[in-house]
Amino acid sequence: MSIATVFEIVLAAVVLGLALWTIAVRETYSATVGFVAYGLLVSLIWVRLDAVDVALTEAAIGGGLGGVVLLGAAARLRATETTTAESRMVRLGAAILSAATAAALAVAILLLPDPAPTLAPAAVANASATSLANPVTNVLMAFRGMDTMLEKVVLLLAIVGVWSLASDQAWGGRPGPRHEADPNGVLAFLARLLPPAGIVIGIYILWTGADHPGGAFQGGAVLASMWLLVIMAGLADTPAASSRPLRLVLIAGPGLFLLVGLGGLCFGSAFLAYPIAFAKPLILGVEIAMLLTIAATLALLLAGAPERSMQR
Amino acid sequence: MLPPIPALATTAGGFLLVLSIVLPVAGVLLAFAFGDRYVRLVASAILPLGLAIVAAILLALPQSDGHLVYLLGAWPPPLGVALRADGLSAVMLAATAIVITAVAIYATPDFRPAAAAARAPAAFWILLLAVWGALNTIFVGGDLFTLYVALELLTFAAVPLVSLDGRSETLQAALRYLLFALLGSALYLAGTALLFGLYGTLDIVLLSHRVGAQPATLIAAALMTTGLLAKTALFPLHLWLPPAHAGAPAAASAILSGLVVKGSLFIAIRLWFNVMPGLPGFAAAQLLGALGAAAIIFGSVVALRQERLKLLIAYSTLAQIGYLFLMFPLAFDVSGELESGNALGGGLLQAISHATAKAAMFMAVGSIYAGLGHDHITGLNGVARAQPLNILTFALGGIALMGVPPSGASLAKELLLQAATETEQWWWAVVLQAGGMLTAAYVVLVLAHALAPSNKPIARNGPVPRIRDLAALALALCSLLLGLMPWVSYLPVPQGAVSNPFGIDALSKLLLPVLGGAASAILLSPWPHPLASSTTLKRLVRMIAPLRRVCLSLGSLVEAADDVLRQWPAASMSLLLVALLLGALMFMGA
Amino acid sequence: MSAVTVFGLSAAAAVGLGLYGLITNTQPLRKIIAFNLLGSGVFLLFGIIGRRGAAAGFGNDPVPQALVITGIVVAFSATALAIALLLQLYQTAGSTTLQSGAQRTGSRADPAGD
Repeated sequence: MSIATVFEIVLAAVVLGLALWTIAVRETYSATVGFVAYGLLVSLIWVRLDAVDVALTEAAIGGGLGGVVLLGAAARLRATETTTAESRMVRLGAAILSAATAAALAVAILLLPDPAPTLAPAAVANASATSLANPVTNVLMAFRGMDTMLEKVVLLLAIVGVWSLASDQAWGGRPGPRHEADPNGVLAFLARLLPPAGIVIGIYILWTGADHPGGAFQGGAVLASMWLLVIMAGLADTPAASSRPLRLVLIAGPGLFLLVGLGGLCFGSAFLAYPIAFAKPLILGVEIAMLLTIAATLALLLAGAPERSMQR
Repeated sequence: MLPPIPALATTAGGFLLVLSIVLPVAGVLLAFAFGDRYVRLVASAILPLGLAIVAAILLALPQSDGHLVYLLGAWPPPLGVALRADGLSAVMLAATAIVITAVAIYATPDFRPAAAAARAPAAFWILLLAVWGALNTIFVGGDLFTLYVALELLTFAAVPLVSLDGRSETLQAALRYLLFALLGSALYLAGTALLFGLYGTLDIVLLSHRVGAQPATLIAAALMTTGLLAKTALFPLHLWLPPAHAGAPAAASAILSGLVVKGSLFIAIRLWFNVMPGLPGFAAAQLLGALGAAAIIFGSVVALRQERLKLLIAYSTLAQIGYLFLMFPLAFDVSGELESGNALGGGLLQAISHATAKAAMFMAVGSIYAGLGHDHITGLNGVARAQPLNILTFALGGIALMGVPPSGASLAKELLLQAATETEQWWWAVVLQAGGMLTAAYVVLVLAHALAPSNKPIARNGPVPRIRDLAALALALCSLLLGLMPWVSYLPVPQGAVSNPFGIDALSKLLLPVLGGAASAILLSPWPHPLASSTTLKRLVRMIAPLRRVCLSLGSLVEAADDVLRQWPAASMSLLLVALLLGALMFMGA
Repeated sequence: MSAVTVFGLSAAAAVGLGLYGLITNTQPLRKIIAFNLLGSGVFLLFGIIGRRGAAAGFGNDPVPQALVITGIVVAFSATALAIALLLQLYQTAGSTTLQSGAQRTGSRADPAGD
C-alpha cells in the first residue's frame, strides 16, 4: 500500500462522500455547492489518471461553468424549494435498482481484459501527419475531426434551443437581465483586474495545446468566464441575439472546420484530411476560430434566453 | 445473414455520404448566420440538393456491390472514423428526405417569417435542418461514438420543437423529454465505454470481428439497448412521448413521430444485427418482443379512449413503435441463431411505412385542427364534407398503416409473418394480426365520426392554403404505394416479394383488420357515437352493451396502469429494471 | 488495489448515485444535478479505460480522453438547455413540477358508455 494508493483511496472516498451529500442534502443550493466541489475534486482524479487535458476541461467546463449555471438556477428557483420527497417504497426500489446497476458496471470493470487494448501506439505512429505533439489534440482535430465538428453543431443547436424559449417580443434581444453592481465593490474590482490576465491565459492555453495539455475547449472556457465576469459586474451588456457579428462568431468554429474539410474533399485526399505541409497552420487556424466560437457559445448558454427586446 | 461489409477502404461514390451530412449541417450554419428573414430561403435551397444527393446514393449503391464506404480524413479505423452505407441506410436516407420535404412544404404557410412573430419560424427551419443532418449521420455513421454525438444532436433539435409554442404544458413535456433522453444517452455512453475497454475500437465493422460473449460485453449491450429504448419510447419507457408529440405544432409532431424515434431504433438495429450479431440471444430478443406486444396493447387501448385527436395519434405511435420491435425476436430461430433476412426487411419496411403514413396523418390532423379550431373527436361530425382532402389523407395514411395491399405495411406484415413461420414462433404471428386489427380500430373510429353528418354547419377558421393539404395527401399516397417499390436491391427481401393489391388474398387482408378494428372500436371507445343513436343500430348496441361495459372497464384499468407508468419514478425505475432483465436474459442465452 | 480499480469502482458508485438521484429527487434542478453526477461517472469510466491503455510513452490513451472532452462539452450544453427550459417553465407556470396536473392526458372516459 504505497502513499500514492492511500492518497487515491482517500480522494475517492471524499469524492464519493461529496456525491452522496449532493444527492441527499435537503436544500437545493447546498446540493449545487456540493456539486461544484465534487467537480473540482474529480479534476484531481483526472490528474491522477494522467489525463491533464480532461482535468482542465472538467475543472473549467464541468465543475466551473456547469457549477455557475446550476448556482444561478438554484438562486432563481429558491421559491420552489419543497420538502416533499418520494415515498419510502420508491426510494427503496430506486436504491436497490441503482445499486444493482452500479454493481453490474463494477463487475464489468473488474472483468476488463489484461493486457488492455489501446490506441496510443497508433496515435503516436500517425502523429507525424499533423506535427502536433499533444496526442489528444491530434485525436480531436485530425483523427476524429468529424466528431468535434458535429459537437460544435450540437453547441450551436443548444444556443438555438435556449434562444427559442424567449417570448416573441424578446426574440433577437439581449439575453438575461441588465446586471448592476456597486462600481466600487469587489465584483467590479475583479471584473477590471482579472479579464486582461484571463484573456492572456485563455489564449495561452489554446496556443500551448498544440504540444502540451490544453486546447480550444479549455481556453474557450476561460475566455467565456472572463466575459461573463464583466457582464455580471455590469461593466458590459450581453449582445443582442440578432446581431450579425455575434452570429458570425458563433458559426465561425464549425464553419471554418467545415470549409477546411470540404477543401480536403475537393483538393486533398479526403474530407477533413490535412495536407502534411500545411497541417499545423490549418489546425491552429481552425482552433482559433473554435476558441472564439466556444467562448461566445459557453457564455451565451449561461446568459440564457433573450429577455429584453431590441428597440427597432 | 447479412453479407459482410467490406470495411476499410473508401469506395467510389463514398463522398456522397459526406455530402449527405455536410449539406444539412451547412444549411443550419447558413440559416443561423443569415438571420430571420432568410431562414426559409436557405431551407428551400437545401431541400432539393439533399434529395438529389439521396437519389445519387440510391443509384450508386447497387453499382458499388451494395456498400458505400468513406474514411474520414483518410484515417482508417480503429484510429479514424468511417462512414458506411448499405441498403438499410439508403432506404432510411430516402424515407427521411421524402418526409422532410413533405413536411417542409406543409409547414411553409405556417412558418413564414413575419416581423412580429419571427421566433417560431426562424427556430423551426433551423431545427428541421438539424434533425435532417442528425438523422443522416445516424444512418451512415460507422462509429459508435459518432452515433452518440448524432443522437445528442437529434435530441437537441427535437426538444425545442416540442416547446415551440411556449405554453407551460409543452415546456413541461419538453423538459421531461430532455431529461429522459439524457438518461438514455448516459446509459448508451456507459456501454460504449465498456466496449472500447474490451476491444479497443468503436468502429462497427471492426467490433463485429472482435466481439465475443464476455460478461462485460453483455452488460454493455444491455446498457446500450436500454438507453436506446428510452429514446425510442418503447413501453414502459414511454412517459415522455404522448404529451410531447401531442403538444408540438403539427409539422413538428410529424417530424417527431415519423422520423426522430426511428433514429434511436436504427442504432438499436445496428447494435443487434451489425455490431454484435446474434450475441444478445434468443431470450433477450423475446423480452424486446414482449415489451413491443405490451406497447401495442397499451398504446392502442389508451388511444381508443382519447378525446382529442392529436393525443389519439400520439398514443397510436406508441403502439406502432411496439410493432416495430417485433422484428427483434423474429430474427432469431429457436436455436438462437440470427436469421435476419425476412425479419430485418419487414422491420425496416414497417419503419418506413410508419414514417410516411404517420407524418401524413399528423399533417392532416393539423389541418383539421386549424380548420375547426379544435380536435375533439366527438366534434368531428361533418368534417368529411367540410375538409374532404384532409379526411382522405387521414384515411389513406390509416389504411396504409393497417396493412392493406399494396402499402409497405402489408408487405412488411407478410415478411414478418413469414419469419414467424420460419422460426416457429406462432405467438408473434398472433400479436402481428392483433396489431393490425388495433391499428384499424382507431382509424375506423376517427373516420366514423368524421363521416357522420352534422346538424350544425362547420365554420371555416381562416384561409385554406391548398398546398399544405396536397403535400400531406401526396405523402399518404406514397405510403400506400410503398409495397410496389423495388426493395430487393436494398433490403433483404426475397425476390419477387411485391404486394399484390388484387385478388381474394388482398380482400381478406383488408376485411379482417377492418372488421376486427371496427369491433374493437365499438367495444373499447367510451365516447358517444352519432350512429349509435340511429334506430337501426340501437338493437345491436343494446345486445352488446354488457360486453362493452366489461371491455370499457378493462380499458380504464389499462389506462390507469398507463397513468402510473408515466409517472417519473415508475418510468425511471422501469428503465433500470429493463436494463437488468435484458442483462440477465442475455447471460442466460449466452 | 491500483488506481484503476479504486477509481473504476468510484465511477460505478457515481453512476449508481446519479441514477438514484435522478429517480428520487422530486425537483427538476436536483434531477439535472444528478444527471451531471451520472455523466461524470461515465466519463470516469472512460478515464480508467484510458489509463489501462497507457502505452507508447503516454500515461493515458488519447482516444478516450478526446471522447471525454467531447462528452463534457455536450453534457454542459445539455445542462444549460435543461436549465433554460426549467427557468422558462417557472416563469410561465409559476411552479417547476414535472408532474402535469392533467397527467391523465385529458381523457375523462365515462364507462357507462352510451
